[in-house]
Amino acid sequence: MSKINVEGLTKIFGKKTKQARELLNEGSSKDEILQKTGCTVGVNNASFDVEEGEIFVIMGLSGSGKSTLVRLLNRLIEPTKGSVQLDGKDLAKMDTKTLREVRRTDMSMVFQKFGLFPFRTVASNVEYGLEIQGVDRLERREKAEKSLELVGLKGYEDKFPDELSGGMQQRVGLARALANDPEILLMDEAFSALDPLIRKDMQDELLDLQQTMKKTIIFITHDLDEALRIGDRITIMKDGAIVQIGSPEEILTNPSNDYVEKFVEDVDRSKVYTASNVMVRPETVNIEKEGPRVALKRMRDANISSIYVTNRNRKLLGIVHADQVSDLVKNNKDDLEEVLEADVPTVTSETPVTEIMEMLATSGVPIAVVDNDRLNGIIIRGSMLAALTGVEVNEDGSVS
Amino acid sequence: MDLFPSMPLAQWIDDFVDWLNNAEFIFDGIEAFISFLLLILTESLGVIPEWIFIIALTVVTFIFGGRKTGLALFVLIGLFFIDNLNYWDDMILTLSLVLSATMISVLIGVPIGIWMSKNNILEQIIKPILDFMQTMPAFVYLIPAVAFFGIGMEPGVVASVIFAMPPTIRLTNLGIRQVSSEVIEASDAFGSTAGQKLWKVQLPMARTTIMAGINQTIMLALSMVVIASMIGASGLGEQVYYAVGRNQAGQGFEAGIAIVILAIILDRITQSIGSSSR
Ligand SMILES: Nc1ncnc2c1ncn2[C@@H]1O[C@H](COP(=O)(O)OP(=O)(O)OP(=O)(O)O)[C@@H](O)[C@H]1O
Ligand SMILES: [Mg+2]
Repeated sequence: MSKINVEGLTKIFGKKTKQARELLNEGSSKDEILQKTGCTVGVNNASFDVEEGEIFVIMGLSGSGKSTLVRLLNRLIEPTKGSVQLDGKDLAKMDTKTLREVRRTDMSMVFQKFGLFPFRTVASNVEYGLEIQGVDRLERREKAEKSLELVGLKGYEDKFPDELSGGMQQRVGLARALANDPEILLMDEAFSALDPLIRKDMQDELLDLQQTMKKTIIFITHDLDEALRIGDRITIMKDGAIVQIGSPEEILTNPSNDYVEKFVEDVDRSKVYTASNVMVRPETVNIEKEGPRVALKRMRDANISSIYVTNRNRKLLGIVHADQVSDLVKNNKDDLEEVLEADVPTVTSETPVTEIMEMLATSGVPIAVVDNDRLNGIIIRGSMLAALTGVEVNEDGSVS
Repeated sequence: MDLFPSMPLAQWIDDFVDWLNNAEFIFDGIEAFISFLLLILTESLGVIPEWIFIIALTVVTFIFGGRKTGLALFVLIGLFFIDNLNYWDDMILTLSLVLSATMISVLIGVPIGIWMSKNNILEQIIKPILDFMQTMPAFVYLIPAVAFFGIGMEPGVVASVIFAMPPTIRLTNLGIRQVSSEVIEASDAFGSTAGQKLWKVQLPMARTTIMAGINQTIMLALSMVVIASMIGASGLGEQVYYAVGRNQAGQGFEAGIAIVILAIILDRITQSIGSSSR
C-alpha cells in the first residue's frame, strides 16, 4: 500500500464553487473559470501515490497550485472534492481531534519563509511540536537538541531566530519538523529563500539525512535542477493539474508535452545525464564468426575508422583500426586477433556525463559503455553534444 | 421642518435607562467589584512610604524599561516633585482610578478583541460601535454612570472604562489579525489546539500591538480624571476641578502638572514593556 494516496483532489477558491466545478468538468480552463465565476482553481483533479521512503517532488511555475496541493495533504486547506488517504485512512473523514493527532505524529511541515516563532529561542521553536503534545520539559529539550545536532546547529539553542542567517533559520525549521519524528515531511519550497550555495548545501544535507531517516518526503520546488537533484520521482503541475509524473530520467528524456519540455529545456543536462543517456548503438564485429573483410566493409559502410570487437555474447574484447585491418586483408590473413587492441576506454552506463567529457577530449576512439563485460553502447562526440543540447540523436549517432 | 414631530430619542433613552435600573442587583455587583478593586489599589499603594515607592518605581522602570537612565531619572524627579507639591495622596487616588479602569478595560477589551479577530461579522458590528464610543463627548458617559452608580469614584471608573476601552479592543483585534499566515500555518501544521495557538502564538506575536492599545487606554483613562471629578471622583482631577471653580490658577496648574508627570511616567513604562524585545 502506498503511504499517501491522492484521488481526484480538487480545490477551488471562491464563492461559486459549484458553478466552477461544473465548468471544470466541462473542460473549461482556469482563466475561463476565473472570468466567469470569479473562482480560482487551486488544484484540479490531482491523483497520485507517494510510496513510503521516497522523495516525491512537486514542481511547477508560480501559481500552478503547489502550495495548495501540499496544504491539502495535511488539510490546512479543505478540499473542494477528492480524497487524501494516509496509510489507507481518509483524511477528509477525520474529526478535528484525529486530524490533530495526525498532524502531531504523522506529518510535519517545513515552510518557505521558515514560519519560525520570533519570540521563542531556537530550542523552544524546535520544541514547539512536542510542547503542545504535553511532552515534559526535559524530554523535549533532549529531543530538540538531538534534532538541532542533526541539522548542524548544536550550540545555537538559546539564540533567537532573527539572530541567525537565512540558511540557519531554515535548518531550525527543518529541525522543528524532525523533532516530532514524523513519518512524512512536507516541504513547501523549503530551500527557495536561500542563496544558491547554501541551497546546494541544504539539498546535500537533506539527501544525507534521508539516507538514515528514510522518511517519506513531499518536496515542493519551482526549480528543476533542485527537483532532479533530490527527487526520486517528480510531478509537474500546470494550472492546478498534474501534467506528468515520472522519475527524473523520464521527465528529462521523455517530456510528456510542450509545457514539460519548456521546463526541461533550461536544465543543465550534464549534471544529471549519465552514459546511458548519451550512448548510441555501436557497430561491432563478432570475432568468433567474422573476419577482417567483414570488419572492413562494416567500417566503410558506417564511415568510421575503427570498430569494436566482441564475442558471441557481446563481451567486449577490444578495438581494431581500419588501416591495420586493411593490411591484414592485403596480406591475406584471417585473424583479427593480430591487430586487436585490448586497451580501450570504458565506462559503465551509470558514469556521469561530466566524467565522460574529459575522457572524450583525450581519447582518439569512441568510449565503450560496458556493464558486466557486455558492450551496451558507445559514446562519440556527436552523440554527446546532441544529447546535451536536447536534440534527438539517431541510433547511428547522427543528428536529426 | 415642523412637518415631522421631533423624534423622542431622549425619551427613549431615558426609558431605556429606567428599564436598566430594574437590573439593579447587577449594577450593585459591579459597583461592589469596582469598590473592592479601588480599595485594594489605594490601600496597597497608599501604605508604601513615599520614598520607598519612588525608589522602587525608579528601579523597576530602569530594569524593565530597557535600562534607560534618562527615563529612570525622570521618574525619580517627577515623583519627588509631586510629593513635594503635597499631591501624593491625590496622586495615589488618581493612579488607583486609572489603574482600575485600565484593568477592567483590559479584562473586558482583550477578550472582545480576540473574539472579534476570529469573526469577520463581529468585527463589522463592533467597529462602528467603537467609533461611536470614542467620538461621543466623554461628558455624556457621566450621565448613565451617575444613574446607575451614584456619585463617587465608582461611576468615575465606569465612565473611564467606557471611554478608554476602545483602543484595547481595536488593537487586540488588529494585533491578532496581523500575525503572519505562515506562523499561524506552522502552529496549525504541528497540531495545536485553538487555545494553544492563541496562547502560544497569537497573543505573544500580537503583544506589542496589544500593549500599544493598553497604553492608549491608560492615556484616555488619565484624560478622564478631571471629567470624572465632576461626579465626585477624588484625586488630582478633583484638585484641578476645585481650582477651576475657585479661580485659583496656581493650584490648578500644580495639580495639572502632577497629572502630566503621571501621564508621562505611565506612558513610558507601558511603551517600554511593549517594545522591549521579547
Ligand atoms: N487563499 C486563497 N484564496 C484564493 N485563491 C488562492 C488562495 N491560495 C491560492 N490561491 C490561488 O490558487 C492558485 C495556486 O496557488 P498556489 O499558492 O498553490 O501556487 P504555487 O504553485 O504554490 O505558487 P508559488 O510558486 O508562487 O508559491 C493561484 O492562482 C492562487 O492565486
Ligand atoms: Mg507556493
